[in-house]
Amino acid sequence: MYQYVGLIVLFPLIGLFINGFFGRKIKNETLVGMIGSAAVGLSFLVAAGIFVEMLGMPEDGRSHVVTLFTWIAAGSFKVSAAYQIDQLSILMTLVVTGVGFLIHVYSIGYMHGDRGFWRFFTYLNLFIFAMLNLVLADNYLLMFLGWEGVGLCSYLLIGFWYDKKFPGTGITWTGDAANKAFWVNRIGDFAFMIGMFLIFREFGSLTFREVMGGAETLAVGNNTMFWITLLLFIGATGKSAQIPLFIWLPDAMAGPTPVSALIHAATMVTAGVYMVARNSALYALAPTTMMIVAIVGALTAIMAASIGIAQNDIKKVLAYSTVSQLGYMFLALGVGAFTAGIFHVMTHAFFKACLFLGSGSVIHAMHEEQDIRHMGGLKKVMPKTYWTFLISSFAIAGFPPLSGFFSKDEILWKAFSDGSLVLWIIGASAALMTAFYMFRMVTLTFEGEPRWAKDKHPHESPATMTIPLIVLAGLAILGGFVGIPAVLGGGNAIEHWLHPVFAQAHHTMALSEHSSHTTEYLMMGISVVIAVTGFWFGRRMFLADPEADKRIAAKTGFLYRLLSNKYYVDEIYNGSVVRPLVRTSESFLYRVFDVRIIDGAVNGLAKTTGWVSAMMRYVQTGVVQNYAALVVLGLVVVLGLLIFS
Amino acid sequence: MIPVHYYLILSAVMFITGVVGVLTRRNAIIIFMCIELMLNSVNLTFVAFSSYLGNEAGQMFVFFVMAVAAAEAAVGLAIVIALFRNKQTVNINEVNILKW
Amino acid sequence: MIPHVLNFILFLPLIGAAAVLLARRSDNAVRWTGLLFSLITFVISLLLYFEYDPANPAMQFVEKVSWIPSLNVSYHIGLDGISMLLVVLTTFLTPIVLISSWKSVQKQTAAYVALMLVLETAMIGVFSSLDTFLFYVFWELILIPMYFIIGIWGGKERIYATVKFFIFTMVGSLLMLIAIIWLGYYASTLPGGVFTTDITQLFDIAPTIPLNIQAWMFGAFALSFLIKVPAFPLHTWLPDAHVQAPTGGSVILAGVLLKMGTYGLIRFNLQLFPQSTLEFASLLSVLGVIGIIYGALVSMVQKDVKKLVAYSSVSHMGFILLGIFGVTVQGLQGGLIQMLNHGLSTGALFLIVGMIYDRRHTRMIEEFGGLARQIPVFSTFFLIVTLSSIGLPGLNGFIGEFLVLIGSFQSQVLGSIWYVVFASTGVVFAAVYMLWMFQRVVFGESRSPENAKLVDLSAREIGLLLPIVLFIVWIGVYPSTFLSKSESSVQRVVEKIEQVQRGEIFTTSVSPSK
Repeated sequence: MYQYVGLIVLFPLIGLFINGFFGRKIKNETLVGMIGSAAVGLSFLVAAGIFVEMLGMPEDGRSHVVTLFTWIAAGSFKVSAAYQIDQLSILMTLVVTGVGFLIHVYSIGYMHGDRGFWRFFTYLNLFIFAMLNLVLADNYLLMFLGWEGVGLCSYLLIGFWYDKKFPGTGITWTGDAANKAFWVNRIGDFAFMIGMFLIFREFGSLTFREVMGGAETLAVGNNTMFWITLLLFIGATGKSAQIPLFIWLPDAMAGPTPVSALIHAATMVTAGVYMVARNSALYALAPTTMMIVAIVGALTAIMAASIGIAQNDIKKVLAYSTVSQLGYMFLALGVGAFTAGIFHVMTHAFFKACLFLGSGSVIHAMHEEQDIRHMGGLKKVMPKTYWTFLISSFAIAGFPPLSGFFSKDEILWKAFSDGSLVLWIIGASAALMTAFYMFRMVTLTFEGEPRWAKDKHPHESPATMTIPLIVLAGLAILGGFVGIPAVLGGGNAIEHWLHPVFAQAHHTMALSEHSSHTTEYLMMGISVVIAVTGFWFGRRMFLADPEADKRIAAKTGFLYRLLSNKYYVDEIYNGSVVRPLVRTSESFLYRVFDVRIIDGAVNGLAKTTGWVSAMMRYVQTGVVQNYAALVVLGLVVVLGLLIFS
Repeated sequence: MIPVHYYLILSAVMFITGVVGVLTRRNAIIIFMCIELMLNSVNLTFVAFSSYLGNEAGQMFVFFVMAVAAAEAAVGLAIVIALFRNKQTVNINEVNILKW
Repeated sequence: MIPHVLNFILFLPLIGAAAVLLARRSDNAVRWTGLLFSLITFVISLLLYFEYDPANPAMQFVEKVSWIPSLNVSYHIGLDGISMLLVVLTTFLTPIVLISSWKSVQKQTAAYVALMLVLETAMIGVFSSLDTFLFYVFWELILIPMYFIIGIWGGKERIYATVKFFIFTMVGSLLMLIAIIWLGYYASTLPGGVFTTDITQLFDIAPTIPLNIQAWMFGAFALSFLIKVPAFPLHTWLPDAHVQAPTGGSVILAGVLLKMGTYGLIRFNLQLFPQSTLEFASLLSVLGVIGIIYGALVSMVQKDVKKLVAYSSVSHMGFILLGIFGVTVQGLQGGLIQMLNHGLSTGALFLIVGMIYDRRHTRMIEEFGGLARQIPVFSTFFLIVTLSSIGLPGLNGFIGEFLVLIGSFQSQVLGSIWYVVFASTGVVFAAVYMLWMFQRVVFGESRSPENAKLVDLSAREIGLLLPIVLFIVWIGVYPSTFLSKSESSVQRVVEKIEQVQRGEIFTTSVSPSK
């Protein structure tokens, strides 16, 4: 039934149109929510059907392309609206529609009573539509359509409460945060586009199959491949919030929490990872880029994790945690462990969505309070939220046998075995910080004594919100079992499933045989120790003293300020790029160059002409005798010339 | 017989007198008379050549000129009178509003 | 098929203008008459689209009547795929403009409608002329109605703006006239040649003109067209004209008049002087690239929404220049689509600015804010058009920009990827200036109590914007509707220049004399 792949994309589109055009008329919130959710649910069912069908196909026969129509054609350039079904895209589709469906359902409860209820579901459906185009596209351009489309939805949803203030560096309104997200992403997209141009020049096509086919004959270390992969990666740093373009994601938290869960944690931000994985065959040809990807990933992981330690806004902590986890994924990609990267995309989608939705549940209960210093003791009031949040926190911290353990351990192991010790140390330190800040947050939010204001009456959220939480927590527990490594006696099903997709890359890279099992066990043990250490410190420190931050801040001084101010990256960008650009444009390009120089030249020319004429008219004295004298003079001259020449 | 160049020299002197008068005098009436003088110098030339060449066409032209000059005198003097009525002067230095 | 269909389309608006003046008794009669004629013209012009046969390499719908026999000047009109689309754009936008002025133009309505219709005839004439002399006549005819439209119905500084507009254009077109005469004269100096202004004949003659002469002719044509585009640094008439013009005038100015410049570049500079095109392609592309970035940066700091949109035109038109002078099929097709796009998106933006101006009598960004809550339908349309303008994939702007960029990236003529790398930054800047403006106008909270009185769009205004939005989405999703019609014509343009590159057409080295 893979021929019906169009349906997967069509359902959200239908939902979008129904809610977009008639949503305002439909007074019934539940109906609007049901339409939106059903659209995504149906997509999920179709995707699941295709997945089941693919299971029954031979391993090499699972990749299909379904062409709908020719999108753009000019000369030798031709791009179709065509969808590629293969092991990778179906996996992503399942994650997007599955997690997406749960978050839609959750939103029915969360957005209850909001003025823009129908608008919210319209945007969410639009997002799913764009995201599905991104993962299912059979060519770069359609992928780019989805890529920018999800960026648009991100923009619309960050600024969803457009008349709400959202303070930040250079930001006043949610709309400013939305703009920031769109602009930073556009910088990445700029690189993506140049990358596409290079690809078209090199391969004469923009479809993945033809490009990968063309790449087969190229040698490793090819210079063009270096630039192509680097540019695509810069595109990915924008969408997936990596250094140097990660700055938008924390501010993206201005949007409603389900948006943060769906777009800024589970799906959209992993698009960069997906894109790099999709191009694994090209990346394999460019070892330099691979190295850059790994280093950027590792640095982002540790940088964001360290910032996460010093944040007090529950969503900001999760945002930096997301940036950090995305860093892990890129670290995996960079060392050639594409499967591990995608595996982490999947598990991360489960537990991070659960965490965000949980935080949404908390914020909902606390009447828009987001500061964890003003929470505490919530576990008694909202047990379901607490337990699901706790499970997901264990998952992200990497406690076996939860899903995060398997995927993160796989990444760290590959970073060590196929990368270098330094990468592993960075990754492991980030893992320590992750466990620490997660349990700092859990402890401050749910444990200890209540610290909230008297007028707040927290309560457990309705079933539409808790059921998705429970399902996601279940997935956070079980999701890892598809990737139990061989040393633990597992089949590593996901590795086998994705193998054909990455076969070309693996073939090119010809990775060496892995180290001994003993080392792998040892590393695994260290991972567990790290997770437990982080957990223990985080819990102890903040259970004993919810204001431990202040002590730490006093002791570490500048270091703490550096972290709580996010390394001043926003300030640096504002000071070095944004403000000079605006100021130059305003005071030089416009005021001086355009108005004074160009327009001045034009008006100057006009004025000069006017001035010359003004001078000339003094010849016109009004005294007839002067004119007569001139006539005589002329006569004399003419006669003189006639006579004497 | 007086040679023709005598007439021409006289005519030239009359003409130049007229030109200088037109250019230098300020009284409109005098300027007007100077213009008449110039016309008459031309008439004299016409007649002289007509007699010298034995061609009557020259004398015919003189009649034309005289007719035109008479008409011109009528119109011109009328203008001068109109001018005097308006500005109480016939000094052309004070009649220079047709400028810039 | 209606015989002589192009004649009908060309002169119907003119007849309409006369009819409008006859119906002067009531303003409404005037408006309805004008609208009726422009709508009929539009409907007939759709025939052009359906009847046009891309497989036929010759000019189609040709009409030819001798006009000034002694100079070999004839009334010679016809269309190829490129001009056909632009004619349809013109006939599409004119009724929209007339409807948009329904309420806002109250003084001398008859004159306004009549001038608009005369303008329509002139614009169609420019796009369909196949005779340089006729082209020149229509080209200059544009100035008269436009001069009055800005000068009578414009804003405070309208006289300054309209004179500036007039003189800028005039300077260029006089040089073009010289080139036209020179071109005709050159044809007469060839063995057995006669003075000619027939473009189809000149297509064969002009490319062989010695390079030193050709370069001057190329320059004269190019200057005239670059002023009209307008390319950096000849653009300063545009912001003034746009800001002062009434809404309808701005829409026509941005929607169609600017396209005459880029159309002229393709029709004359590329097709008549391929050799010089190769010589000057880099220079003109650089102007295009500077225009893209410069227009965007200056746009960013504007305080008046209309001026911001005007400067954004400079940026968008830069893309078209780049596409044209990359001389690739993709680039030119992209440039052509971008012409349609710019006509639709920027036209719609001006309409939107006009709608808010009608309500608030100000266009200053700082006066607004929070419109999304107050007038949601307006804001939605504004958003869609804004997104189209910043080139979001799935909407029209992207198709044009992408084709231009990918075309010029591969260009043999430019031979360097840096043009495109710099030009692509325009995509980033476009998002910056448009969305920043959008955020300040539509989001946040109201900065003026006046805004509370705003009423949302009327049915008439929605009816105006809907067809434009429809095409914005259509071109974005299925551009083949338009690309397929112009592909063969564009290919011929490129083919000719490639022939010159390959040395199959060459310029004569010495100027021939009789």
